[in-house]
Amino acid sequence: MARPGLGRRGGTRPPRYSAAGLVSHGLTHRDWTPMWRRHELEPVYDVVIIGGGVHGLAAAYYLAANHGISNVAVLDKGYIGGGGSGRNTAILRSNYLTPEGVRFYERSMDLYRGLAADLNFNVMFARRGHLTLAHNDGSLRTMRWRAEVNKLQGVDSEVIGPDEIKRLVPYMDVSAAARYPVLGALYHPPGGIIRHDAVVWGYARGADARGVHIHQDTEVTGIDVAHGKVTGVRTSRGPVSAPVVLNCTAGWSTLICDMAGVQVPVQTFPLQAAVTEPVRPFLDAVVVSGSLHVYVSQTDRGELVFGASVDPYPSYSMRGSLDFIEGLAGHVLELMPSLARLRLLRQWAGLCDMTPDFSPIMGPTPVDGFLVDIGWGTYGFKAGPVSGEAMAATIAAGKPPPLIAPFGLDRFAEGRLLGEKGAASVGH
Amino acid sequence: MILLTCPCCGPRNVSEFAYGGSLADRPDPADATPREWRDYLYLRDNTRGWVTERWYHRAGCRQFFVVERDTVTDETRDPPAVVDLMPAEPPTAEPPASEGAP
Repeated sequence: MARPGLGRRGGTRPPRYSAAGLVSHGLTHRDWTPMWRRHELEPVYDVVIIGGGVHGLAAAYYLAANHGISNVAVLDKGYIGGGGSGRNTAILRSNYLTPEGVRFYERSMDLYRGLAADLNFNVMFARRGHLTLAHNDGSLRTMRWRAEVNKLQGVDSEVIGPDEIKRLVPYMDVSAAARYPVLGALYHPPGGIIRHDAVVWGYARGADARGVHIHQDTEVTGIDVAHGKVTGVRTSRGPVSAPVVLNCTAGWSTLICDMAGVQVPVQTFPLQAAVTEPVRPFLDAVVVSGSLHVYVSQTDRGELVFGASVDPYPSYSMRGSLDFIEGLAGHVLELMPSLARLRLLRQWAGLCDMTPDFSPIMGPTPVDGFLVDIGWGTYGFKAGPVSGEAMAATIAAGKPPPLIAPFGLDRFAEGRLLGEKGAASVGH
Repeated sequence: MILLTCPCCGPRNVSEFAYGGSLADRPDPADATPREWRDYLYLRDNTRGWVTERWYHRAGCRQFFVVERDTVTDETRDPPAVVDLMPAEPPTAEPPASEGAP
């Protein structure tokens, strides 16, 4: 499928970043080479990827890097990384509940750990340790279950008590007098945070350097299907024919699937998050409480990032709401009362495409050539690299690799659901 | 969404309500095929735009009612209507198997 010599199409390849390059640019004040180029929309591509977030760009990058398929277009109706990839709370972990889920996310962590070197782009991955708090016997039991599943899959994960939690997070109220006393936590040392925009930009730069065309401001308005096979897409900039179309559009995924006539069990829910003013570093670990519907981490800039569970009704609205902020603030102060004077800077919502079993849908659909990488719900960002790698392998080989075989669309019809709700970072 | 208008109590904060889901017809469990039943369980329209759905005012009058809502802006329209979940005459009432106490 690959066309020879595509890597140099449309301009010169951007130079590698290095310390020497930084010094040289600082001294000469030359313009930086753009990280990715602008192209005319060509009438034919081998693969069209709808959605320019971390999933779509990673799939494009691995198609070109691992399989030599570089005649690929990534289409986004806005700007790249403007959807879920720019709205998540950038937490990475692999302490899931099902063996399939743990294996999958551990591969993603592997890729994230080597990503900066692989992409020649600083994605600012910080291994911080990840704590999921248990406030009652039921959640403590689930934590032990998850810890054992994790250990069997070789993932570092253990249940710790309040004393150890206090040592890791000195500002946390672990006293028995708290409204929701902390009984223990699932501690996952490899967990951490990353700069989510850098991941998107790094993949975009790497894909562009290998010949992939990234088309922003290009909205897909229709998908052409003939005799059960996809033939191309119609866009706001004209039609494109392609034998393979991959849907990586998160909250908008059912709208794209509807264009191809594919029914998927996905509903779109907003998930709200907020960020405070920056303060001096005091919180190393990522702290999650499922009972209190909140997760907290401190960025490298010093801001505290708060996330919550999805809103309790489906919506495409990306506005924050006051009752969310009220509830969130109360729950954060329940965990760390000393944050009472901290001011919130902004709040926002991202769209989560929720499936009935809280696991994603990856692989082929009843329409030949139309593939999906959707249903990520609240886990999408941390799975970006591995799903990109797996979807690239699916396109190259014509069938899904064993790692993602359990996540097919047919599992709903066959009753093979993969319940990951117990490992959702917060209750839903 | 910030305000939702209850037909009994007027405009209230959305945190007082529980989402009751879109209005879907349940197939007859006795003669539905497995495929129809799975579609009923899992498939939703996920409409971007106006939808008709059920809400429950759990922190107020505890009534179910029907609302039209735009899922893009979370605006609602039309006066909401209370849903009668317990019709006065159940349509398929079986006659009692034996006479009760006189």
